[in-house]
Amino acid sequence: MNDLPQAVGAGLRRIDVREKVEGRAQYIADLYRPGMLHGAILGSPHAHARIKSYDIREALAVPGVQCVLTGDEFGDHRMGAFIKDEHAIAKGKVRYVGEPVAAVAAETEAAARLAARLVTVEYEELPAILEPEDALRADAAIIHEELQAYFKVFDAGSHANVCSRTSLVQGDAAAWAACDVVVEGDFTTRPQAHVSLEPCGALAEPEASGRVTVWSANQSVFRVQANVCESLGLPMSQLRCVTPRVGAGFGNKMEAHVQPIVVKLAMASGRPVKLILTREEDFEIVRARHPFKLRAKTGAKRDGTLVAREVEVLLDGGAYADDSPGVLGYSLLMSSGPYRFQYMKAAGTLVYTNKLRFGAFRGFGNPQVSFAGEQQIDEIAGKLGIDPLALREKSMLRAGDRWFGGAKIGSNGLAECIDRVRKASGWKGRGSLKASAPGRKRALGAACTAHISGLLATGAIVRVLEDGSIVLNTGAVDIGQGSDMALSQICAESLKVPVDRVRLASPDTDGSPYNWGTTASRVTYTTGRAVVAAAGEVERQIKAHAAEILECDAIDLELRPGGQVGIVGVPEKAVSFHQISARAHWAKGGPIVGTNSFVYDGPSVDPKRAVGIGVPFPQIGVFAFGALVIDAEVDEATGKVEVLRAWSAVDVGRAINPVSVEGQVEGAFVQGLGLALNEEMVWDGARLVNPSLMDYKVPTSLDVPYEINAIIVEAPEPDGPFGAKGVGEIGINVVPAAIANAIAAASGVRLNHLPLTPERVLRAILGEAG
Amino acid sequence: MSGFLSLAVNGQLKEVRAGLTDTLLTVLRDQLLLTAAKRGCNQGVCGACTVLVDGRPQRACLSLAANCEGAEITTLEGLRANKAVVRLQQAFEATGAVQCGFCTPGLIISAHWLLSQNAKPDADAIRAGLCGNLCRCTGYRKIVDAVTAAAAETAP
Repeated sequence: MNDLPQAVGAGLRRIDVREKVEGRAQYIADLYRPGMLHGAILGSPHAHARIKSYDIREALAVPGVQCVLTGDEFGDHRMGAFIKDEHAIAKGKVRYVGEPVAAVAAETEAAARLAARLVTVEYEELPAILEPEDALRADAAIIHEELQAYFKVFDAGSHANVCSRTSLVQGDAAAWAACDVVVEGDFTTRPQAHVSLEPCGALAEPEASGRVTVWSANQSVFRVQANVCESLGLPMSQLRCVTPRVGAGFGNKMEAHVQPIVVKLAMASGRPVKLILTREEDFEIVRARHPFKLRAKTGAKRDGTLVAREVEVLLDGGAYADDSPGVLGYSLLMSSGPYRFQYMKAAGTLVYTNKLRFGAFRGFGNPQVSFAGEQQIDEIAGKLGIDPLALREKSMLRAGDRWFGGAKIGSNGLAECIDRVRKASGWKGRGSLKASAPGRKRALGAACTAHISGLLATGAIVRVLEDGSIVLNTGAVDIGQGSDMALSQICAESLKVPVDRVRLASPDTDGSPYNWGTTASRVTYTTGRAVVAAAGEVERQIKAHAAEILECDAIDLELRPGGQVGIVGVPEKAVSFHQISARAHWAKGGPIVGTNSFVYDGPSVDPKRAVGIGVPFPQIGVFAFGALVIDAEVDEATGKVEVLRAWSAVDVGRAINPVSVEGQVEGAFVQGLGLALNEEMVWDGARLVNPSLMDYKVPTSLDVPYEINAIIVEAPEPDGPFGAKGVGEIGINVVPAAIANAIAAASGVRLNHLPLTPERVLRAILGEAG
Repeated sequence: MSGFLSLAVNGQLKEVRAGLTDTLLTVLRDQLLLTAAKRGCNQGVCGACTVLVDGRPQRACLSLAANCEGAEITTLEGLRANKAVVRLQQAFEATGAVQCGFCTPGLIISAHWLLSQNAKPDADAIRAGLCGNLCRCTGYRKIVDAVTAAAAETAP
């Protein structure tokens, strides 16, 4: 009975949700501090220009204005996750339209916004580079003149407007000769905006001690601390970063947005300052999903065995590197898909352009390379007359195999994912699907994927309070996906206590163990591992106390449900966590605290198996797998594509909270639906023309099918917490590819360019170039 | 430019200071500290600011505070004792219809209005009734399930 699960595997109500349904949850905009000022920024009107001078007199004269800052007030300090190329505010140059050039703190938001507009900046315009090909021209204007001198965390191969280059090769190109069928094509994807319902914002408050506390919408209090301190030249110990509830992130809030500017405003004014971006600013100045231009070539034998693939990527990184080198490297690593190839080569070039930075967004480059790779698998299946799912099964990677580059795959539930979507979707009978009306064609389309969860450092502290209740502190920010609940469940399960006995400390750089961030589908897997280990340390200490109290050997003790520890086989001999913790606090041993921290160190590239150049992360993570089938209908008169149903099976190792897992799969699917069918940030020259929810459409409840069927597959990861691995991103990866495959099956046209708008689909059906 | 207004909010008359261009949302949030209604777009698209004005859902970000004098304004904070709303809140919680929660207060107000007009909506009616409230996290399925569950509890 002691082994009955109490918490893990149960779809328990989340601990953060009651406050949210009652409207009591506090997000960054809901915080107010005594004496608080409001911040505002002025954005650059130019895509590329030198700043000649500032005139702030008129801005300072606005009633209520407390301080006006320009680049002159900021030192020459730069931040960046991979390449330190970015000031807190434009200094010397502007590199995209909207880039903050001045900031104001005033008594009211209206005064701050008015004053910001009254800052006059004299510019000398420079040629703007808006397309990645133009960045590579020999006569191109240089966006970062000091690129060579920037600090870089890896060997980036930067020069001129090339931010980084990465390549990875495995096997022998002679394998092409063994291919009976080869498909080749050019693919493009367009920028997608994150559109977290909560816009970015921050509130900074100077403390009497001289330190500063900053609350912000974020995915990592520790990345906020690093970015603010790097870009302002502050010692990290001077800044305390904490978090309110976060209104989603999807990658948008992982690296800096306005936190450095807000901290500087608070330091300059000596008052708390809050700055919440408008929706338009959030579109224009934070970050977005990368547009990809890629060329892909895949070859197979007549029997359907996959043999060789080459992928070449040209990536527009925008004005600053941000997470772009990581996205390039990761997309190349994922470009093989979950298959065995004798020969695999992926190479890419990341360039600077004069657009807002592109950065992390759920999938991290995987959806873009999968759009090409998973369509080519279907093309090959079509040419060979083989069932596309059967062809995938023939070459899919299995547990114990190596991923492209050499990382070892622990668990792998891909075969079961394929099996489950095949059965659930009625794949075998797909030929008899009927369209809803004449002029419409209907078909199923499929695609498979894998994604990592892992990366970098994490920790956990489990404390047993005097009354035996438990506080778990991990520093991991729950951005809405449910990690607070999952980690509580892991902790409760480890200590066999009811989940409401565990409370979560809010992330705080002063008191939480380091956590790199809520990104890379990593919190459940990495932080969960730290929680299991820290809880194990608590168990050891509890048992040491219990052994003394019960006068037995610790090895004869067991945790019993409800916060008890007793002697195995002697039901009446037990002592409660409360008794033990009181003893530890007041009599013997000291308060019970279990801690653990680690950095994920599984290598991403094995030099004996592959040659990697400019790989931005030496360690990567464990692999989750997924399979997706889409039921779509194409209106051949209008080109409109309607997705009627979807089955998304995801191997998560172990579903700690199945309801939250389904939520991730369903939500990722719909974000992928937007990416596939209509979402696109559009520029007219250098200016973004649709920075509003009126003009940039995200799916509404009427745009998505009700029948999004999340299917949970559990192939336990050997070192995962209770076998779990991540699920945050994987569900988005192959939505565009699977829809494109369904369109091809329905209407016989291949679409290599996203989004799959009615115009594009109709032109393809009419035989016109898309 | 700004003067005093008297607004009936959640059953109480409140004296607030508002200029001609101040929205109901700004006044509710910044002066009355009723922050359940959110500013997601300030353009009337996302629905996160939805409140009831004279019992009907309205975008607080598009409503000028000065135009709301004499109206009954109800925010989610004012519906704590409303049984139908509590049923919805419990259903949202139980079905996993909440992730980041930023859209949730507006969605609950819209769902409450929907159920007051149609006690037993089917999934399509719910999708249509909630299409003015954006959610970027859930994919909507669990929200539809939550409203269906709340309706099942209410209707005979």
